[in-house]
Amino acid sequence: MTAFLTIIIVIFIAVAIWQMVKIFDLAQVGASNDQIATDKDNKINGYLMMGFLVFIYAITIASFWYLGDLPLMSNSASEHGPQLDNLMIISMVIIFIVQTFTQFLLHYFAYKYKGEKGRKALFYADNNTLEAIWTFIPVIVLAGLIIYGLFTWTSIMNIDESEDPLVVELYAQQFNWKARYAGDDNVLGMANVRLIDNDRANILGLDESDPNAQDDVITTELHLPVGRPVLFKMRSQDVLHSAYMPHFRAQMNCVPGMITQFGFTPTVTTADMRKNPDIIEKVENINAIRTKNRKEIEAKGTQEVIYEFDYLLLCNKICGKSHYNMQMKIIVETQEEYDAWIKEQKTFKNSLTNN
Amino acid sequence: MSAHADTHAHDDHGHHHKETFVTKYIFSQDHKMIAKQYLITGTIMGVIGVLMSIMFRMQIAWPEEPNVLFEALLGKWAPEGVMDADIYLALVTIHGTIMVFFVLTAGLSGTFSNLLIPLQIGARDMASGFLNMVSYWLFFLSSVVMIISLFVEAGPAAAGWTIYPPLSALPMAQGGSGMGMTLWLVSMAIFIASSLLGSLNYIVTVINLRTKGMSMTRLPLTIWAFFVTAIIGVVSFPVLLSAALLLIMDRSFGTSFFLSDIFIQGEVLHYQGGSPVLFEHLFWFLGHPEVYIVLLPALGITSEIIATNSRKPIFGYRAMVMSILAIAFLSTIVWGHHMFISGMNPFLGSVFTFTTLLIAIPSAVKAFNYITTLWKGNLQMNPAMLFSIGLVSTFITGGLTGIILGDSALDINVHDTYFVVAHFHLVMGISALYGMFAGIYHWFPKMFGRMLNKNLGYLHFWVTAICAYGVFFPMHFIGMAGLPRRYYTNSNFPLFDDTANANVVITIFAIVGGIFQLVFLWNFFYSIFYGKKTVQNPWRSNTLEWTAPIEHMHGNWPGEIPHVHRWAYDYSKPGHDEDFVPQNVPLYDGEEELQH
Repeated sequence: MTAFLTIIIVIFIAVAIWQMVKIFDLAQVGASNDQIATDKDNKINGYLMMGFLVFIYAITIASFWYLGDLPLMSNSASEHGPQLDNLMIISMVIIFIVQTFTQFLLHYFAYKYKGEKGRKALFYADNNTLEAIWTFIPVIVLAGLIIYGLFTWTSIMNIDESEDPLVVELYAQQFNWKARYAGDDNVLGMANVRLIDNDRANILGLDESDPNAQDDVITTELHLPVGRPVLFKMRSQDVLHSAYMPHFRAQMNCVPGMITQFGFTPTVTTADMRKNPDIIEKVENINAIRTKNRKEIEAKGTQEVIYEFDYLLLCNKICGKSHYNMQMKIIVETQEEYDAWIKEQKTFKNSLTNN
Repeated sequence: MSAHADTHAHDDHGHHHKETFVTKYIFSQDHKMIAKQYLITGTIMGVIGVLMSIMFRMQIAWPEEPNVLFEALLGKWAPEGVMDADIYLALVTIHGTIMVFFVLTAGLSGTFSNLLIPLQIGARDMASGFLNMVSYWLFFLSSVVMIISLFVEAGPAAAGWTIYPPLSALPMAQGGSGMGMTLWLVSMAIFIASSLLGSLNYIVTVINLRTKGMSMTRLPLTIWAFFVTAIIGVVSFPVLLSAALLLIMDRSFGTSFFLSDIFIQGEVLHYQGGSPVLFEHLFWFLGHPEVYIVLLPALGITSEIIATNSRKPIFGYRAMVMSILAIAFLSTIVWGHHMFISGMNPFLGSVFTFTTLLIAIPSAVKAFNYITTLWKGNLQMNPAMLFSIGLVSTFITGGLTGIILGDSALDINVHDTYFVVAHFHLVMGISALYGMFAGIYHWFPKMFGRMLNKNLGYLHFWVTAICAYGVFFPMHFIGMAGLPRRYYTNSNFPLFDDTANANVVITIFAIVGGIFQLVFLWNFFYSIFYGKKTVQNPWRSNTLEWTAPIEHMHGNWPGEIPHVHRWAYDYSKPGHDEDFVPQNVPLYDGEEELQH
């Protein structure tokens, strides 16, 4: 209903403005009516160009003011996170300097040199020095960014297996996630979707004869011990999915028919992150909004009204109807907590049903 | 190598006085009429595409709220006015497809390449009028098939405009991947055939049919842009065609090019050995150049309009040509930046980061050259000029964030979030749309012999400009909050509740911006019939199209084709009384031509 009312109002505004233009047109009778910009048009639009520059700056400031809480630029929870955030901040600073400067020149020139009858423009077709300057400045800046970026990328994507990472499989299907831990031997058993046998509860298609598979553990929540490198092996059983873990600055597609991988080291436990002042503020802000919408949330009945911070794994590659609700909770905890949790889980061998 | 095509072309078009309604308005082989056909078809598709975007924006802002608009337009897909999740994805998919291909490729390139190439190089018509006609009608056919696909039982294609398999290949994965996707693929195959015929024609025409004196270094930048665009199209569109054909085979004939090891709805499928990543490579080998197929014509149009309305030569003509060529070349070796996290070898990620960030250099040169062209000009603020300045503004704003997305390390974080949506809409969507509007305002007199109302033009520009920033600027920030794109609703993630208000604001800007396009449509269709009659050269421009008579005729010029004696940018040249010197005016005694 709100939407409908909005549309009606907007239509009325449009009609009103159109009528005003008509009146303006009629008032111009007798004046030159060849539909080519006159000095007056140049002047008005020149001033509007300056106005528009102010608008661009204003919307920039407003966006920072209202939406400036950017989780992807601060409070990362993985070892490589701060490195990546630094690069992001450097890039953003460069972008905002260039943006502010060039938009100013563009709109200021549009205002300053607005046309007047009888004035002649400067015949100025070329200047190699100038062009060399604005070719080489971007070259130098970009060379810096490229080199920094490539080092960061290589260090993120290079997985050092000698550090004995915890091996975890992320398994995607329409529309949920599963995690498979490699068990005591830290080696994932062989698996293929052709071996899926729902009658025996072999839901991920593990090779039942593979000794490495016997101690594997399949869960619907992802628990990670803090400070230990994790190596994720990703699989999908049906369509493309993408395992997006924004707080850890991690993402990799899950591709049917192949195994992809991504590794990182979580550095902050869920409990510690909940005590982070930035996160507390964000959560309070969200809860203020949720309390206001209490009725609607309760009517739906699928969520608690009060939100508590948790790390999340989201699907970030369009995968079908319920793509928008394909998520898994991630819990980062101390090694002891993790050990206690994993001990409670059933191993693959024990989870099979025999019929 | 100026070709003397005039006598030859004249023979071809010597017998045109017995035109019937059908040969003049429907199966016309005249490039000016074909341009208008492209423009009108593109405009209609544009209205559909924009309407779709407004509908899914409403769903994002007011998730799962009943809406009369949905009820009226979506029928069974909006039971009791609540949009279905499948149709949401379909709207997103078809919006993307229509805007990228049907509006900004065919509507933009098809209209202005057809209109301007023969007129600006001094040719009687395209090299092959017949192929040109076939090209338009194939485009029309593909549009019809795409529209028909909206009405199939299980819904239109809904796998995103990138139609990654397996989602697009398996009807059991998604309703839209049945008949809807089949029609989508058929439509695109026809579209590609149309685009190839058009592009070949543009290339041949520019190479062979330039009038006497029109050397490559005297070509207006519009023609350079259209020419290079056509080359990119010929190089990359066939690859998409092959991807589409292979996908059709996977879908219908049991091959496994893109599919392997799939278990869906309780059964294992027979596919073995294929890879979706291969499809991504093939798709983006077109998909990325496609960005420049959309953008370069808009930049070419802008170059022409900024120079004309600044009453100044375009600054750095040679650098502009070089940067068009550099962008075209680089555009074919950067496709992997869409695939940093697709599972391809990370080393490839490094390579594509390098090539991608290189594109920023010619782009920066272009932006600075536009700004310098304004400097000390005598700016005539016609609506076309406003849209051109607007294009430079959105090109800068949108282009700068490419530095983040092109960097493989940073892409990990913002890949497929709203940050990407904001980036590409500004840099290629809005910019190219502005280029198209600028072209329409500028060449409307050439097309229809009448002027568009300028006050409505101003109104159209300022509201559109504010709304475009209002929609896409805050969207960057939502993306940096981690919000993924293509989510039917965000309400399953309390984490994103603090972006809900921003989404409402964005949607309101989108609705207002969308509605104000009606101002343009009204102006456009009203002025075709009742607009103020134009003079021959209303913008006092140098290029050859303005030396042709206002009334359209087959063959463009009565009598001889004008000869060219100078480049297209002798504006405010010292030693001339007027502030423009058309290209067909010979150098006076002792006048020096600028050397390029």
